[in-house]
Amino acid sequence: MAGLDELNVKEGVEEETVEAVKSLAGTYKYGWETEIEMEYAPKGVNPDIVRLISEKNDEPEWMTEWRLEAFARWEKLDEPSWALLNYPEIDFQDQYYYARPKSMEEKPKSLDEVDPKLLATYEKLGIPLKEQMILAGVEGAEDMPAEGRKVAVDAVFDSVSVGTTFQAELKKAGVIFCSISEAIKEHPELVKKYLGSVVPVSDNYYATLNSAVFSDGSFVYIPPNTRCPMELSTYFRINAENTGQFERTLIIADKGSYVSYLEGCTAPQRDTAQLHAAVVEIIIEEDAEVKYSTVQNWFPGDEEGKGGIYNFVTKRADCRGDRSKVMWTQVETGSAVTWKYPSCILRGAESQGEFYSIAITNNYQQADTGTKMVHLGRDTKSRIVSKGISAGKAQNTYRGLVSMHPKAKNSRNYTQCDSLLIGDKCGAHTVPYIEVKNNSSRVEHEATTSKVDEEQMFYCRQRGMDEEEAVALIVNGFAKEVLQALPMEFAMEAQQLVAISLEGSVG
Amino acid sequence: MLKINNLHVKLEEEDKQILKGVDLEVPAGKVHAIMGPNGSGKSTLSYVLSGRDGYEVTAGDATLDGEELLDMEPEERAAAGLFLAFQYPVEIPGVGNMTFLRTAVNAQRKARGEEEMSAADFLKFIRAKAKDLKIDADMLKRPVNVGFSGGEKKRNEILQMAMLEPKMCILDETDSGLDVDAMKLVSEGVNALRDEGRAFLVITHYQRLLDHIKPDVVHIMAAGRIVKSGGPELALEVENNGYADILAEIDA
Repeated sequence: MAGLDELNVKEGVEEETVEAVKSLAGTYKYGWETEIEMEYAPKGVNPDIVRLISEKNDEPEWMTEWRLEAFARWEKLDEPSWALLNYPEIDFQDQYYYARPKSMEEKPKSLDEVDPKLLATYEKLGIPLKEQMILAGVEGAEDMPAEGRKVAVDAVFDSVSVGTTFQAELKKAGVIFCSISEAIKEHPELVKKYLGSVVPVSDNYYATLNSAVFSDGSFVYIPPNTRCPMELSTYFRINAENTGQFERTLIIADKGSYVSYLEGCTAPQRDTAQLHAAVVEIIIEEDAEVKYSTVQNWFPGDEEGKGGIYNFVTKRADCRGDRSKVMWTQVETGSAVTWKYPSCILRGAESQGEFYSIAITNNYQQADTGTKMVHLGRDTKSRIVSKGISAGKAQNTYRGLVSMHPKAKNSRNYTQCDSLLIGDKCGAHTVPYIEVKNNSSRVEHEATTSKVDEEQMFYCRQRGMDEEEAVALIVNGFAKEVLQALPMEFAMEAQQLVAISLEGSVG
Repeated sequence: MLKINNLHVKLEEEDKQILKGVDLEVPAGKVHAIMGPNGSGKSTLSYVLSGRDGYEVTAGDATLDGEELLDMEPEERAAAGLFLAFQYPVEIPGVGNMTFLRTAVNAQRKARGEEEMSAADFLKFIRAKAKDLKIDADMLKRPVNVGFSGGEKKRNEILQMAMLEPKMCILDETDSGLDVDAMKLVSEGVNALRDEGRAFLVITHYQRLLDHIKPDVVHIMAAGRIVKSGGPELALEVENNGYADILAEIDA
């Protein structure tokens, strides 16, 4: 009966989730604001602000120049309008591009020097900055290793990284995990070599802006033949009002290495929209593998569509080496507007890219998200599984590109794109772009659209579940393939988020 | 246990009266069967009692242990002890059968203010019940009713009934789509649940199910009303002569 026992752990987890969901009263759990004295740069963006950000981070000259070039380029660009998104024009001069807690003016040397209020903020978010993350309360936990699982965390609060945990242990393995501002100072040779090499400064409007004004973010380097001893995690939080968050993440997995990286995001509840434009670059060398998981829960705006985060994100992984591998998993439940296409450049022979996505939109949320799989090398493989869920008056678009270049002989892609509608005022759209420029490659695309069925709802309710429990169960079932791709702690959190973000979508 | 008084029901969307004054009382410990021709309102009765959308009660009421049933939400009726074994069990892709059942069991327990069943107890309980119904580990793991054969679906309904331990069990055409062996398994499952504190309402088109699940009382339903009630012999009469004779007798 080993099968049943193993199953029980999983069943237990899901049960926990329903439990946790029921105990959560508010609709947006992370919508509080931390009262911390902030230091702001003046509103708006210009070369002086760019210089100021660079100076505040104590950056070398080459970095300042890099930023200024990006800014000059950005000024000549127009905001793209091809996405199926509808939002009021963003006044890029009406944003703060730099905000940081005053207590951070002198960078703390260890977590002990961090403002306790900040740490309390992270505690509220449920992030164990100091402690090991133990899978408390999970049924079957006795089968887990006794010491629990370790996750190293880098926390970014508004514009500034406030602390990275487990530094010493990571150092022993040769892993570098720090804020990008620190990396620019401490590891300039790596930053110079890789920054902008996957997402060039000229890539797109938001990425170019990010290149000019990014204030912090995370940096990871995994040395050759090293399996990162723990999962790495970054938590982003936008706290200050009218502040844009522009973080920059750079991950380098050297030959034969492996790392699993988690990213979580929250922001307080506000009436006015806030801007978020991040760039994530991943470089993967020969035989290396990177798993990048995101649970994005920025404030989605209220039920009338007021406020929320405008989320314009450029994420790209470059599988440079042969047999390198990347897996993107994203659970997008937050943000008023999401514009995000985590992509894979499959350059090395036999390299592999995978993209698993759940995008949930409720009320007036809009999401235009998907991926790009660019097959350049021979025998490359990619797989896309996208689950879009729309409720309320939300619009959800999957947009994906699969491109097989002439040299990408014998390459394969499989795309599965499912949409689920709750109610009759929401929309789901699928926009696949497929280019095949050789005759030995194969591309498959499957798409379905379905509705949460009244029969299913009644069946669940007849067995005793209330409407919200029933919807959560059905939607979690719909998204199961993607949830399974997440690391366990994230899978639990994601299941809760699925339930929370669909509250009020029925009845 | 279950008392139905003068129940009148029409379709919500159109002006069509389906139930035209149903009176029925099923005491605890008893098995009542309802037979009747197609379109007589048998399934509608089961849906109205369990609270499915799409029906409007125009007169009458129904109580479960004295509690007004028709005012409650479907999940409240379930927690109060009402169970419907569906004629067409619904598929829920991606949701494991066990997850579904545990969520249901604990939702009901919580609604009744009882403690949730621990994982270990649940597992022990479901294994025992599943074994009786010849439901293997694989079937417990698979998504609810997805890819199940007709017989598997019905056995799964009885498994749910056994796990939820309801007071009032309504079986809607549970025999439809079953071969002889499956019918035997399902009937044994139902008979094992017969108990002094539990009542059954078995809705069926054919007498054969009643060979396995012996009813105390048989009702004949026609045109939205119960037109004749009697002992098990009434079912045999239907089997031998069809409904026509009984209906003619009533019309006359």
